[in-house]
Amino acid sequence: MWKNLCQKMFGRSLWVYHANSGGCNGCDIEVLNVLTPYYDVERFGIKLVGSPRHADVMLCQGPAMRSTGQALKRAYDAMPAPKLVFAIGSCACGGGMWFDSYSVLGPVERVVPVNYYIPGCPPRPEAIIYGVAVALGLVDKKVAPVEFKQIEFPIPIYHPDDLRLDHGMVVYEKLKQI
Amino acid sequence: MSVLSKLEETLICLKAGRVTLPYPTQPQPVPENFRGRPIFDATKCVGCAGCANNCPAREILVFDLCQEIRILQYLGRRCTYCGRCADVCPEKAITMSLEFENATNKISDLGQKLDLFMSTCQRCGRCFKGAAALDELKMKGYRSDDIPHERWIYHAHAFLESEPVVDDIQIELD
Repeated sequence: MWKNLCQKMFGRSLWVYHANSGGCNGCDIEVLNVLTPYYDVERFGIKLVGSPRHADVMLCQGPAMRSTGQALKRAYDAMPAPKLVFAIGSCACGGGMWFDSYSVLGPVERVVPVNYYIPGCPPRPEAIIYGVAVALGLVDKKVAPVEFKQIEFPIPIYHPDDLRLDHGMVVYEKLKQI
Repeated sequence: MSVLSKLEETLICLKAGRVTLPYPTQPQPVPENFRGRPIFDATKCVGCAGCANNCPAREILVFDLCQEIRILQYLGRRCTYCGRCADVCPEKAITMSLEFENATNKISDLGQKLDLFMSTCQRCGRCFKGAAALDELKMKGYRSDDIPHERWIYHAHAFLESEPVVDDIQIELD
């Protein structure tokens, strides 16, 4: 009973730690905007802490850089065991616009395992709140992969009998009337 | 002194009123000209790959599976929602939607993949798209009544056995 009560009381109060590993500060400003009275997330129990040792959730912004990847990994290792990592912004989700630059390792999932992705450049504060709500299980995610397949099968334009293989190339010998 | 300062604080707070937005309970309208997730319309797309050439994050990939089918893949993971793909699209097949609640636990949820049927130019051998849907049906090679010759797709691989056009396909595909 005591355990159930504790889970009910403390289960959904996330303490977040805010790690920027080389972003442009756009996503930082949006994350701090979430904590301001306008989008007051402290009413949901979400609180910003200064040390990764106190944190449940790490909010990663910016790509994993060659210079900060090790520090990001150390901050992740310092967090206590039930931990989540949110990748906020395009840089953290996929490496950003300069994903193939010499100093960028790639998305933060190259360095730390990422649980939730919030794309956007920067994501709106509402999108960040929505991502946290998805993580807490309050709402369902809205996006799904889209795939468009052609159902018509193409028929040969050239007759297969007029084709022969020659040095790895297919040669068409007879030009029919089209 | 402290009582006075508390009173002053109370007055300031009362004057300011309530500023917290009711976002999670009520939907928050987006501003005008907001650019959210791009939506690709496969029925309008002609496969010109202008979006892939103009994407600053190089995340729209176009490659030919065989001579007849061209694949346009939008990865969605490092998209900065700049809208240049929608600007350069000659057929207006890409629209920037107003969706911003894209949070997910699987990054491949953001991807979109279109298979585009392209017909072959009889002179240059490159793919092109017919002018209209009715023209496509008139063309040789776009009738579905000759299903047994579907094996031609495998034969057409003989033209394109080399590596795909864009280098990072091998890395980015799941």
